[in-house]
This record gives sequence, C-alpha cells and structure tokens, in this order.
Amino acid sequence: MYLGWAALLELVLVSTLNGVLYGMLLFLMASGLTLIFSMMGVLNFAHASFYMLGAFFGFQISQFTGFWPGLVLAPLLAGVIGALIERYGLRNVHRHGHVAELLFTFGLAFVIEEVVQIIWGKLPLDYRIPPSLDFSAFTIFSTNYPAYKMFMLLFAIGIFVALLLVLTRTRIGLIIQASLTHPHMVGMLGHNVQRIFMLVFGLGCALAAVAGVIAGPALVTQSNMAALLGPILFVVVVIGGLGSLSGAFVASLLIGLLQTFAVAVNLSTADAFGWFGIHTNPLPFLSDIWFVTVAQIGPIMPYLLLVLILIFRPTGLMGTRDT
Amino acid sequence: MSEGAQTASMGRSASGILATALRYAAWVVLAALVLTLPKMFTSSFAFTLLSLMGISIIFALSYNMLLGQTGMLSFGHAVYYGLGGFIVVHAMNTITKNSLPIPLPLMPLVGGVAGLFFGIVFGSVSTRRGGTAFAMISLGLGELVASSALILRSFFGGEEGITTNRTKLLRIFDWSFGPQTQVYYLIAIWCFICVLAMYALTRTPLGRMCNAVRDNFERAEFVGYNPQFVRFLAFSLSGFFAGIAGGLAAINFEIVNSSYVGAEQSGTVLLAAYIGGVGFFSGPIIGAILVTWLQVMLSDITEVWQLYFGLLFVGMVMFAPFGISGLLMMHAPLWHARVLWRLVPAYLLALAAGLVMLTGVSLLIEMAHHLSTKTSEGPMMSFMHVPFSVHSFLPWLVAAVLVIGGYFFFRLTWPHVEGAWHTALMKAREHGSAA
Amino acid sequence: MKFGWRAKLAGAVALVAIPFAMPVSGADDTIKIAYVDPLSGGMASIGEVGLKTFQYLADELNAKGGALGKKFEIVGYDNKLNAQETLVQVQKAIDSGIRIITQGNGSAFAHAINEFVAKYNERNPGKEVIFFNYAAVDPALTNEKCSFWHFRWDANSDQKMEALTNYMKDRKNIKKVYLINQDYSFGQAVRSAAVAMIKAKRPDIEIVGDEMHPLAKITDFSPYIAKIKASGADSVITGNWGQDFSLLLKAAADAGLQTDWYTYYAGGTGGPTAMKQAGLNHRVFAIGEGFANVGYGPADEFEKAFRAKYKADGAGGSNLSLFYPRAVNEMRMLQAAIVKAKSIEPGKIGAALEGMKVTVFDGGEGYMRADDHQFIQPIYIVSFGERSAKEPFDEEGTGWGWRTAGKIEAANTVLPTTCKMNRPAS
Repeated sequence: MYLGWAALLELVLVSTLNGVLYGMLLFLMASGLTLIFSMMGVLNFAHASFYMLGAFFGFQISQFTGFWPGLVLAPLLAGVIGALIERYGLRNVHRHGHVAELLFTFGLAFVIEEVVQIIWGKLPLDYRIPPSLDFSAFTIFSTNYPAYKMFMLLFAIGIFVALLLVLTRTRIGLIIQASLTHPHMVGMLGHNVQRIFMLVFGLGCALAAVAGVIAGPALVTQSNMAALLGPILFVVVVIGGLGSLSGAFVASLLIGLLQTFAVAVNLSTADAFGWFGIHTNPLPFLSDIWFVTVAQIGPIMPYLLLVLILIFRPTGLMGTRDT
Repeated sequence: MSEGAQTASMGRSASGILATALRYAAWVVLAALVLTLPKMFTSSFAFTLLSLMGISIIFALSYNMLLGQTGMLSFGHAVYYGLGGFIVVHAMNTITKNSLPIPLPLMPLVGGVAGLFFGIVFGSVSTRRGGTAFAMISLGLGELVASSALILRSFFGGEEGITTNRTKLLRIFDWSFGPQTQVYYLIAIWCFICVLAMYALTRTPLGRMCNAVRDNFERAEFVGYNPQFVRFLAFSLSGFFAGIAGGLAAINFEIVNSSYVGAEQSGTVLLAAYIGGVGFFSGPIIGAILVTWLQVMLSDITEVWQLYFGLLFVGMVMFAPFGISGLLMMHAPLWHARVLWRLVPAYLLALAAGLVMLTGVSLLIEMAHHLSTKTSEGPMMSFMHVPFSVHSFLPWLVAAVLVIGGYFFFRLTWPHVEGAWHTALMKAREHGSAA
Repeated sequence: MKFGWRAKLAGAVALVAIPFAMPVSGADDTIKIAYVDPLSGGMASIGEVGLKTFQYLADELNAKGGALGKKFEIVGYDNKLNAQETLVQVQKAIDSGIRIITQGNGSAFAHAINEFVAKYNERNPGKEVIFFNYAAVDPALTNEKCSFWHFRWDANSDQKMEALTNYMKDRKNIKKVYLINQDYSFGQAVRSAAVAMIKAKRPDIEIVGDEMHPLAKITDFSPYIAKIKASGADSVITGNWGQDFSLLLKAAADAGLQTDWYTYYAGGTGGPTAMKQAGLNHRVFAIGEGFANVGYGPADEFEKAFRAKYKADGAGGSNLSLFYPRAVNEMRMLQAAIVKAKSIEPGKIGAALEGMKVTVFDGGEGYMRADDHQFIQPIYIVSFGERSAKEPFDEEGTGWGWRTAGKIEAANTVLPTTCKMNRPAS
C-alpha cells in the first residue's frame, strides 16, 4: 500500500489518538487492579468483570434516566458489590492463602459472566451514546473524530488526575499509600486495615466500572466483554510492575499504542528480509512465520512482551517489588 | 530395650506390612476395576465417557504435580497437553504415510516425549520464578501458544485442526482400535501406568523435595538442593504426563485443533484438580471424574450448567479449600476409630437443609433463565417435573421461602453437626489412646 | 491410605454409574435429529436461533403428518463451540439412537463431524449416520473433503463470492475495494475467492487493502477503519460475522467512513442493529439464499407466522426473524427423501436426496447436486435500510428492512467441484 504523506500523517494522528484512548481505558481498569494488588496481594481475576458490570448497569440505568445518571450510579453500584464481595467472600478465603484468593476471583469471573447472561442475555445490548455527545468533535484531514471519544479521553484523564490528588493530597490517600507498603504498621497505628481493604477493593471495582460505563456505548456491551479484555489487563499490570501506579499508567499507554499501531503495519518477515535482498524463505516449513504480517500478530504482541518482561525484568517496567 | 517396647515395635512393623499389603491390594483392585468396568455397562456411551475420564485423570494428576506437590499455580498447562496431541497426530500421519512398523499403543509415549520437550523449553524460562510471576508467565505463554495456533497453519491446521485415522497404523493382535471399546482399554492401561508412575514419583526424593520447595523455598535451598532446578524438573515431568494425556485425547478424537492448547482447557484442568483437592494424591482423580461427568452430562439437564459449575467452584474455594478428597480425609480418623456412624444423623439433617436451600437457589436460577431467554415458549416451565408459570407470584415466593428457610434450617443444624463432630473426634481419640 | 482408596472407588463407582443408568430412548415412532451447535457460552444466542428454527420446522412438518407416519423431533446438543466437545456430543446422540445429525455454526466443527461420521460409518456398517450441514460454508466440505454422508444446504463461500462478484461487476461506481476478514479458514476462503474473482471479472478494480484480523478478539476497530480510510477505498468486502461485524460498522460510523459494504453475514444477530446505528442506509449489502421482503407469497406467510411465534426472542426483545431459509429447505427435503425412500435408513435417505429437485423457500428451483452434495439454489443480494411499501418486514425492531438488489439464478451460482465421492456399495 503506497500512501501519500497526507494520508500517512492522517493515519498516524488518528492511530495515536485511538491508541491513547485505548490506553487510558486500560489504565482506568489497571489502576484499580494495581491498588487492590499492592494492598491485598490479590491479583483480582474478576476485575474485568466489574468493567462489564459497569457497562451493563450503565445500560440498565440509562434505560430509565438517560446516560448521565448511569455514569455516576453504575460505578457506585459496582463498587458496593465489589466491597460486599470482599467483605463476605474474599476475606473468608484469605486465611487459605493467596492461591485460594486468586482462584476465588477466577471462579467469581466465571459466575459473574453467567449471571450477566441470565439477566441480560447473550446478545449485544443497544447501549447508545448520549445524544448530546453524538457529533464529531473535529476532523483530521478526512477522518471525523467523534466527540464521544474525546469525552472518553478527557473523562479518563480527569479520573486519573482525581485519583492522583486523592492518593497524594488527602488523609485517606496517605493511609492507603501507607498500607501499600506497611500494612502492619498502619494497623498498629490504630487504623482499621480490614475496612481500608474493603474500601480499596470497592474503589478499584468502581474504577473498572467507570471504564465500563464510558466504553460500553463506544465499544460493545455484551457478556463476553470481560473475557475479551481480562487477559490484556493482566499484561498491563505485570508489564508496568505489580503495585506501581505510574508503571500501570506507562504500560497502559504502551499497550494501547502498540496494539493500535501494530494494526497499521503490513510488514511480514518476508518483507523485512526483502530489504536485505533475501527473497526466498530459508526455512520452508516455517512459511507461516515468513508471511505473517505485524498486523496479524498485533493482538498477541502484548503476551510476547509480557513473557519477555517477566524473564528479563521481573519487577516490570517501574515496579519496585519482585513479582 | 524393654519387652513392652519390643512388642510395640513388632506390632508396628506388622501393621506396617499390613498397610503396605493393603496399598498394593488397592492397586490390584484398581487395575481389576479398570479392566472390568466396561463389562458392567452396556451403553456404548459408557466407553466414550470412561475414555474421557481416563484422559482427564492423567491430565489432572500431571497438573497437580505442579499445583499440589510443588506449589506452582499454572494457567497454561494445556500447552503441553495440546502440543503432545499435535505431535502425536503428526507422528501418526507420518507413520501411516510411510507405513512404518510402529503400532498405535506406543503413540501416547510420543506425546509424552513432546510434552517433556516443550516442558523443558518453556520450563527453563518460566520456572526460574515462583508464585505470582510463574502464574503470569504461564498465562502469557498459554495465550501466546493458543494465538499462534491460529496463525501457524501448517503445524496447527488453523481452525479445523488436523485429523488422523487411528486404524491405519500397524496392527498387533488384530486390534484395529476402530471401536471405542478398544480405545477405552488403550486409555485405561495408559491411565493405570501413568497413575502408578506419578504416585511412585511422589515417593521418590524428588517428590519429597518438590513438597519442600512448595512449603518453604529458602529452607529447601539450605538443605542443599537447588529449588529452582527442582521446580524445573517437576515442571518438565508434569509436561511429560500432560503430553501423554494429550496424545491419548488425539487418539480418542482423531482430531486436534487450537482449542487443545487454549485457555479453556487450562482452566478446566485447574478446576478439576482443585475441586478434587490438591492436597492429596487421589484428589485430582476424583476431580477429573466429577468435572468430566459434569461437563458432558450437566449440559443436558440445564442450559446454564456453567453457572452451577462456577458456583460449585467458588463454593469449594470458600468452604472446602482442600477439595473433595480433603473433606473425605477429614473423616479418616473417625472411620479408623469406627465412630463415623455417629455423624450420620447430624449429616442427614444438615444435608436435608442444604438440599432445601439448593433447590430454592436452583429454582430461582432456572426461572430467571426462563424469563430471559425463553419468552416465546410462554411463561410455563417445569422444575423437577412440576409445571408452573413464571409470571405468577407463587413460584417466586416458594423459591424465596426455600432459600431463606433452607438457610436458617441449615444454620440451625450446623451446631448439631459441629457437636456430633466433636463427640466423634473425642471418641476417636479415646479409641486411639486405648489401642 | 485405606480409607482414601475405598472412598475414592466408592465415589468413582457411584459417579460413573449415574450416566449409565440414563434411559436410552429408542422409540420407533419418531425421527430424531440431533442439533449439535453452541447452546451455552458467548455464541449461544446464535445456536439458540437455529434450534428454535429447527423446532419450528419439525412442528410444521408434524402438523402435516410427519413422514411415514412418524413425527420429527429435534434434540439439542450443546457443542460448547469446541471440536472435541462436538464429537463427544455427536457420540452421545448416536448412542441414544439418533442417526441424523445437523450442524451449521463453524466450518471447523463441520469438518470434525464430517470426518467422524465417515469413519464411524466405515467402522459400524449397518448403523450409519448422516450429517446435514445447514450453514458451514467452507468449500472444502464439498470438494476435497467431500463425503457421501455429508449434505450442505447453504451455498458455500465460493458460490457466494461468485454471486457477489457477478453483481459487483456491473456496478461501475466500484473502483477501489478493501478486503477485511477474520483470520481463520472461512475468512481466508472469502479473501482468496474475492481476490481471484474480482481480478477475473473486473480487472480495473484496484484492491487497495487486504486485511486479516484475529477472530472475535478485537474490541475496537478504529485502527482498521483508519487504515481503510487512508486507502481511499469506495467499497469494503467482508465475511465478518457476529461482534466482528457489528463492531466494525460501529467504528466505521464513528469515523464517518463512507463506503459501500459487501457482506456475507450482515443479517446475523446484532448486525441489523449495528447497521441502523451506523446510519448506513442501503449501503450495506448482504448475500444469501433468502431474506425477508423478497416478495414470494408462501415465504411471507411463513415469515409472518414464524415471527408471531417467536415474538420477543430476537435482539433487544424484538421478534425473531427467519435467518435460516436453508433450514427450511433442509427439513422439507428430508421429509420428501424419507417418503421417497420409504425408509429412515440414512443410506437410503442419502441416496434419495441425491439430485432431488425442489421449489426452494423463497421461490425458484433448487437441486441437491449428486456430485458433491452441494445444494444449488438462487442467491439474492439485498441491501439494508429504510423500507418502502413493498417491504413489510423490518429486522430487530430497527424499522429498517431488506430490499432486494439483485437475484442470481441457480444456474449462475454453479462452480465446478473436485469431489470424488465414495458411495457405499448398496
């Protein structure tokens, strides 16, 4: 494909915007997951399920009151459910160790998906973008950039800034930060660590649900949306470094941009060798690898990155503690 | 040495011999059972089901070499199962094409070697770390292999997978392996060998070291072993047995495709091992049998079988983290002391209450499912052969009463169960001290 | 250890015994058909639509007396969209006495059943089973992998592309085509047929993009849309189905991409909703053996009754429309074949089906080609959008409906086959 410079620039600009947007969505989820992990040592497998719950609650609320109340109520609801699950489920499992906790959330993801299917069915829901945002914000050369996506981007950044402020500027934020590194000390200082755990778990779930509410109308609201996004989410938090919020931020953007730009590259191994004047496949039985393009393997690149990171830099990009 | 002590030690060795004899007897009984099971059933589906169970027993036990015995939580064990299956199918097709004199019963070994090979390759990078890092690497590797399976078409055959014909290999004793009965015997014998081998492994120094690494990594290191190498060995061997299971699956289905290496397969074996109980050697066997049976049969009974499956799993994690075998083993001392019967009344009571509650839960689930997906069939449905309308208030009330009533009834019975348990345990201790 | 073993054995025996105590129903007064498709999990919605269609058709035939005094019965088996599980369920069906199997969702599973049935019949003479494929469109099933025991009622993907390109070649406004397909066997088949046929029929059309993306893994298609946009394409050809179709359209609408869409499965569940949301009024074309609004009396009657029965079973509580006219052809021809063969032996049913000529659901003649067991039938190209008075049916409660854009007669959909069929000696 030969593109003029304008078309190329358009592709790059639009892809960058899309990549950053996707990255910010990932970060909304990854931030909650990271908070929960660093505090309780639990990698919450069901985290993406709360993203899904957010979208479904948002849809249901929007049926009665329109989009905007859903944006507030759905994450609250998901957060309360998350807190209840922590209080009555996870906490009981805690004494059986981390493996049991991990498996509990693993099973929970399974159950949530089935329950969602029973209540809302298996078909995609008609979750609409609010009419007030249903126009194109600006045009890059010939591509319209929808206002709703711009809203998603700004909203996600807003949440990020708010989270940052809460964590660094408020009392509760300081306690949370302290519990991240020294939970016992915080407990000894008289704080109710258990309640903080419940709060953080609920908060993390609510953050994921926020991502669900705003992503639901733009992407798809369907009972498999958690399963689609779940594994990528783990990749993000592990690559960023477990327990590191800034790492999660960098990794989210990295994965978002990586996946978006991989799609745009139609390059195969054969092409790469072609530059060096090698035109025949030296290994005939590997013809698949020879002709596969970057665009085709784009979706598996995060996993490749994950394995490489874990082998060569087990703490992740910005993590301080060993996984 | 006093006389008393001498008799005691003689008594111990005598009972030790008896226990050993019993243990061997158990294996003989198991072998006999495996061979005679088919004679008990006439339905040909029995063979299909038994074959599946045999395969999943090997697979689940191989998984437990990681989780239960070495403490490594893997989310990608299907990689070795699947690659074993693929290599076996390719080997079978090559053998058929070149008319090589290799009979079918040896094929699972090929799968095992393939599993071992990939276990060594992937294990050398992933077992350097334990805990969450290992779990995440296994997840990443699993996704990587599963996605590659759809891209590398010449080896994995894309979506359709690769097929083979098990009857075209060299025949011995005129067994064609066409009928499912013959395949069952093949699987049963391999299953028996593998179970025996894996059990024997737990008794070797390596098996013990695996436990040590699981329980305390640093201390295992101080003893002078390289715990990373122990993990690596356990991982590779586990890949070997998973490969055998995959090879048998390939022979059984005569097709392998990308789903063999997929996350679902990895998840299923995790569920099977955990539900059965990872703390005991027999646990994954029980789990494999149960989960296979549930997978094949439950979808006939209810369309939302996956929900029940998920609830069962979550319930096990919350209330019985040592699995079914853990629950059974709890009762072992009572059984030995012959006081188990004392628990029966309390158990029956609790069981009744539990069943009431479960019926209510199940009724709620089924009614909700009917409402959401079967509007065209009208509001009428039946539950346990009782027809009723989901639009009427009564069934919902009944379900609510069953759930809430069952719950309180259960709460009421629980002290009885605990009381009976303690009394029985006290009796058992008396019995133990008296003996 | 003693207890563990005994308990284990007891537990094992008790558990294993349960399925074997299941009653094996072999009642002689019904003709049972095993419907093996996903009935649980994410794809269950598609499997359930098919199951309802077949049950409706069985009821319809039974109301007319069934065949040879026997009633038809559809038994659903959940293959969980997994090849191994498909074979387990087929085995289960056969073990309960069923000898007719029907499946459609996923060529991979059709291949698995096809191979299994061929081997099973070879190994179990006298107990043959027959496989009716209503929607798996991989051309290989009626070419190099063909079998006497397999019959296909859907046009295969090459035939559909043949019909589609026959339609496209007369549309002069098409200059630059972009191909985007799912990266698996079906998507591959669509893309290679499209490339070859466009080159042969309209060498002036430039193929400006040829994209393969992973199956059912993409949540946001905007990067792909950006690429389509950059290529300057005026038309897109896609075999995408399910969420890969609706998400693709959604992303296109967001970016304001203005192209025509030539599709295989725009009518699939969720598709019409997505087209309406994207506002692509009569810009999405679909190809198939029949659609609502084709304007054939008996078909309209059927559609009306079908929708009345499944009033709220479609997407978003709309009425369910008939997505599988081919299933109608399949069941009616099965009935005719049983009557013709005066037997419910699969071998005889198969022989009776070979070459059978019928009036198809949407009017016109179709026949089961004996050479490869591919049903040959007229194919329609339709577009989706606002309806006129002649178009009574809408889809998924969107208010929009199908409009016939072209009809390719059966004779123009015939492609040569490489099938060398082994028929059982009778």
